[in-house]
Amino acid sequence: TPVMAEKLGLGRPASDDEIAAWDIDIRPDGQGLPEGSGSVMDGEDLYMDQCSVCHGVFGEAEGRWPVLAGGDGSLSDDRPVKTIGSYWPYLSTVWDYVHRAMPFGDAQSLSNDEVYAITAYLMYLNYLVEDDFVLSKENFLEVRMPNEENFFMDDRADAELVAFAKSEVCMSDCKDNVEITARAAIVDVTPEDADAREARAARLG
Amino acid sequence: MTVSFKGKTPSRRAFLKGAAAAGGTLAGAGAAHAAGDPEITELQPWMQQLGDGVDVAPYGKPSEYEAHVQRRTVEWLTADPVSSINFTPLHELDGIITPNGLCFERHHSGTAHIDPAKHRLMINGLVDTPLVFNMADLMRFPRENHVYFLECAANSGMEWRGAQLNGCQFTHGMIHNVMYTGVKLKYLLEEAGVKTNGKWIMPEGADAAAMTRSIPMEKALDDCLVVWKMNGEALRPEQGYPLRLVVPGWEGNMWVKWLRRIEVGDEPWHHREETSKYTDLLSDGTARRFTWEMDAKSVITSPSPQAPILHGKGPTVLTGLAWSGRGTIPRVDVTIDGGKTWHEARMSGPSLDKSMHRFYFEFDWDGGELLLQSRAHDSTGYVQPTKDELREYRGTNSIYHNNGIQTWYVNKNGEAENVEVS
Repeated sequence: TPVMAEKLGLGRPASDDEIAAWDIDIRPDGQGLPEGSGSVMDGEDLYMDQCSVCHGVFGEAEGRWPVLAGGDGSLSDDRPVKTIGSYWPYLSTVWDYVHRAMPFGDAQSLSNDEVYAITAYLMYLNYLVEDDFVLSKENFLEVRMPNEENFFMDDRADAELVAFAKSEVCMSDCKDNVEITARAAIVDVTPEDADAREARAARLG
Repeated sequence: MTVSFKGKTPSRRAFLKGAAAAGGTLAGAGAAHAAGDPEITELQPWMQQLGDGVDVAPYGKPSEYEAHVQRRTVEWLTADPVSSINFTPLHELDGIITPNGLCFERHHSGTAHIDPAKHRLMINGLVDTPLVFNMADLMRFPRENHVYFLECAANSGMEWRGAQLNGCQFTHGMIHNVMYTGVKLKYLLEEAGVKTNGKWIMPEGADAAAMTRSIPMEKALDDCLVVWKMNGEALRPEQGYPLRLVVPGWEGNMWVKWLRRIEVGDEPWHHREETSKYTDLLSDGTARRFTWEMDAKSVITSPSPQAPILHGKGPTVLTGLAWSGRGTIPRVDVTIDGGKTWHEARMSGPSLDKSMHRFYFEFDWDGGELLLQSRAHDSTGYVQPTKDELREYRGTNSIYHNNGIQTWYVNKNGEAENVEVS
């Protein structure tokens, strides 16, 4: 393996305007958050115009598009509804993601003020603020999301790896009886594969 | 003499289909032909006529008879084919290398088509000198070649609540294994000079999803690569052409494609793909974050629902794949009776760190029902758990990181089905 004793001098320094153009990410501590503000009311207009066709008028979503609102208290249910309000730990993620990747198919088309307004409206849809709320760089860090405390660092090393590391495994007489408990054929949601199967059979024939 | 190609006539296909359905009692060269096998006794066109010239296929494709070996989608899984997934046809492949054109795809805003002359990689944040590289710059760094598996965190995710999709392509096909050529990320970071408080990196894609993830600096400096070749040729557009990040052993979402920027920071960013997505909800309503490693896993690729036993009883080859995000796979056990008795499979092919491994188990099928399972052991001593064991720890709503043991039920006709067993 080559070890580089010193730098190769490849590449060139990035200029400030280049960094400004690409470095648009923000973090929970507010790093990267630009100047600006937006109201729930302004956000409603923008949302109806640019977001509701996929995400639904109330954030409930059309089809299989992501649900943005609701689901409070459902995370331990059999069928949890994970939304911004019920699941997301940080508001910064909403701002960052809407800004970088939404609307789907027209990413990075929203101004900073528009992103503040849409973020405020998404908070309103999730009953986190009143309809006269205005979100800005100044008050952004005052917001705490309901589910922030329910995330924790991967603990598989302690919780699972020890239990699943086995010096010996059963090789014979491991069980008396085996029953089929679930069958995919009954669920029957696999795409029809008849042509592929026939082709394979013909080839092997 | 007129030579007709019999392999494509409807009657022959229907006959074969019928034979397969009847238990595969007739199997080509293995069957007795009173008047001699026409494939031998009759002159075939390829024995007589000229084949293609060397100028016909400057970039070759598989045989037309392999046209069914394809990536496939499951439409109902996602809202739209642009932010979606397709599946590698594992049941048709052998060895450990996935052909480039069959490597599964996962995009969040579609495949970006980028002119490499216009592509740039920026390194900024907590570095001494923020840098911009073009592709030519990157190719002047010392290169490395490594074979790694890339497994989507959601591979087998549809199976958490029970057997659902019928075929290892669908249950396990969000994975591929190729040889990457590129530069160690460490070299690029050293070129910019990471400041002492630079503890995390954030790779970002150039596509419209602008995919971002937070990766700890230890991993970035350890074995991450910035690559431009897969299996010897340029990355396919759907795999990030011209540049992607390789994060060995870790969930596929972190292998940022169309890589345009790496920021160095002192804290993770908690972006959408590591909060809303790629966090693992447990049954008590809490969720694991930063579940990066892919645990040891295996699957029998044949026989499987898309690869039934067509030859009838007798000598039968069982084969499959095993891999671990934590090392190599020194051993795989297989059972044909649902776990009553296990046999150590035969490993064949290279055993490489964080790469797929190929195993075989040859047995004499008596024509009876089978319940097939495989159980991987990785080099850390971890043994692949059952799905029920995983559910005890996690419940059924984790979506990601399902590495539980897969069961195929094979009936007396040799047809296989995705099942779960007690």
